Amino acid sequence: MSAVPGLPADYDIAVSAPRNGVTPPARPGRGRWKDRAFEWLTRLFALLVFSILGAILASLVAGSMLSLERNGVAFLWSDDWDPVKESFGALVPIYGTLLTSFIALLIGVPVSFGIALFLTELSPTWLKRPLGTAIELLAAIPSIIYGMWGLFVFAPLFQTYLQPHLIAAFGAVPGFALLFEGPPIGIGMLTAGLILSIMVIPFITAVMRDVFELVPPMLKESAYALGGTTWEVVWRVVLPYTKVGVVGGIMLGLGRALGETMAVTFVIGNAHRLSASLMAPGTSIASALANEFTEAVGDLYFAALIELGLILFAITTVVLAVSKLLLSRLARREGTRT
Amino acid sequence: MFNVSRSGALGFAAAALFSVSAIAADITGAGATFPYPIYAKWADAYKKQTGVGMNYQSIGSGGGIKQITAKTVQFGASDMPMKPEELEKNGLMQFPAIMGGDVMVYNLKGVPSGAITLTGPQVADIYLGKIKKWNDAVIAKQNPGVKLPDQAISVVHRSDGSGTTFIFANYLSKVSDEWKSKVGEGTSVAWPTGVGGKGNEGVASYVQRIDGAIGYVEYAYAKQNKLAVAKMVNRDNQVVAPGEDTFKAAAAGADWAKAPGMYLVLTDQAGKSSWPMTGASFILMHKQQEKPDMAKEVLKFFDWAFKNGDAMASELDYVPMPDAVVSLIQAAWKEQIKDAAGNPVY
Repeated sequence: MSAVPGLPADYDIAVSAPRNGVTPPARPGRGRWKDRAFEWLTRLFALLVFSILGAILASLVAGSMLSLERNGVAFLWSDDWDPVKESFGALVPIYGTLLTSFIALLIGVPVSFGIALFLTELSPTWLKRPLGTAIELLAAIPSIIYGMWGLFVFAPLFQTYLQPHLIAAFGAVPGFALLFEGPPIGIGMLTAGLILSIMVIPFITAVMRDVFELVPPMLKESAYALGGTTWEVVWRVVLPYTKVGVVGGIMLGLGRALGETMAVTFVIGNAHRLSASLMAPGTSIASALANEFTEAVGDLYFAALIELGLILFAITTVVLAVSKLLLSRLARREGTRT
Repeated sequence: MFNVSRSGALGFAAAALFSVSAIAADITGAGATFPYPIYAKWADAYKKQTGVGMNYQSIGSGGGIKQITAKTVQFGASDMPMKPEELEKNGLMQFPAIMGGDVMVYNLKGVPSGAITLTGPQVADIYLGKIKKWNDAVIAKQNPGVKLPDQAISVVHRSDGSGTTFIFANYLSKVSDEWKSKVGEGTSVAWPTGVGGKGNEGVASYVQRIDGAIGYVEYAYAKQNKLAVAKMVNRDNQVVAPGEDTFKAAAAGADWAKAPGMYLVLTDQAGKSSWPMTGASFILMHKQQEKPDMAKEVLKFFDWAFKNGDAMASELDYVPMPDAVVSLIQAAWKEQIKDAAGNPVY
């Protein structure tokens, strides 16, 4: 959840007046020591973030040392997971984590974009408030509720009404046949991805709506005055103006999808097996930890689980870094186009 | 802070409430989740009678072993008995406190509960992915007269490590050489096939959901969820149905006296009416007690539970230890748990 800690800062900078480099004028008199104290206090809080991050990283590395020594780099691409013979590999959970998050974004991003677009550009005014509140409420639902709903309500419906048709429709298409193989059991990677997409939609939508709303009306009205359609205005004016915020929102959603534990555990099928089929059960890093941590008897088993946590940490760091890189490249091109 | 309050919530609450009189006397234990409901129930009743509280943190067998080794609790609890050499290494002793059984549950349209009988090797082959269909010749031969559908068997197992899995995998290792060499036994194993449900309730709900599914759960869950339960063929080639009687029969047939360190898994026991997948949950204690008074309190608690807790256990679908075993356990207490001077604590 806290996978994208840098986000709100970016998002603020993007949509409001820049605050960097603005120093408040020095004030004479009694208030100064308070200012000084306050400054140190905030600095302390800021440093706290770094020390916590460092402490987490250090304890993850220390905890997984045994596994790092015994398994080496091969841990990353071994698909073995056998607690009895103490042979561990992270490929299956890594694959499951990335695949389910990818499915979640594949569905979540277009839908969120549509909702945000409707809310800011097309919705009648009386509907805006209730719809916006409803989206925010969705974000507040605990993930275990999504998991239980997914297992008890969504999975049976999916199994009876959707999965047989998917298998029938794609089973014969070359290239897709492998993806939609196997008996329809209602749970598996695709179900997990779908539940995750529902979970990330409110996050992405809320950010997108907020940034869309901050586009100066003057810009949009000018575009409309030039004869632009709603689509053209959104695609050519609103989106370029808000891209930093939009990418930030997507990253926030991705952060949630990567680290989601309970909901995924309920519906992913929890099988340490590599399978090309989206219908097949799999496992993700977070769900493997939730499942196995309590009863992990044996030092190597325990260390291997902690190393999984370390890998998840690394994945989120890479995702963050890539998104920052993307944003900075977008920002560099800013001046050249107008 | 959060971490501390999570693992020690019970302890904190109790310590805060009864700080003055009972703080020194409260017993602390940690470990297996399977026996938690009955330990909590016993603790509640014991507290009412004696005023001595018992705080049990159900953090899992692995955590229980870690905590008792680190001496942060007075007793640990594990669903999987520790091997005698490991007990020796850590200066621990163990004894069984409560029993339960695994049952095979299935979901087949038109086939009622108890209609299907399976043997251990057949279950092993199903979980190895070798028997794939319900109307497989081997199952059909075992169940003449039952209309078995031409349907794929969907295997359901536990995704989390658990004592239930240990009993199941231990039994399959005893009856199938292929299972023993390929998969083995443990609280979690590398499953050759199937989907994993989290907890007994997860397996139960998957079996209810998937047509043609088979799974193993703690007896109580099968009963509460009204799942179709299979009969099993036991070691003496008798067909038995799960229930308190057959669990007790398995325990009665077991020779605890001859098991070093009480390392005994009650699966595949001899006896005409023994249920083949019975298991016990164990308590772990240090042999050399630094605080003999506290150790005595722990033993007094279990002594009380063995004497007065049987009805409560049956109510929750556990199986209490037979009297003969209890006297063996108490003899082991006297013999093995000593204070610093070498005198028995109990």
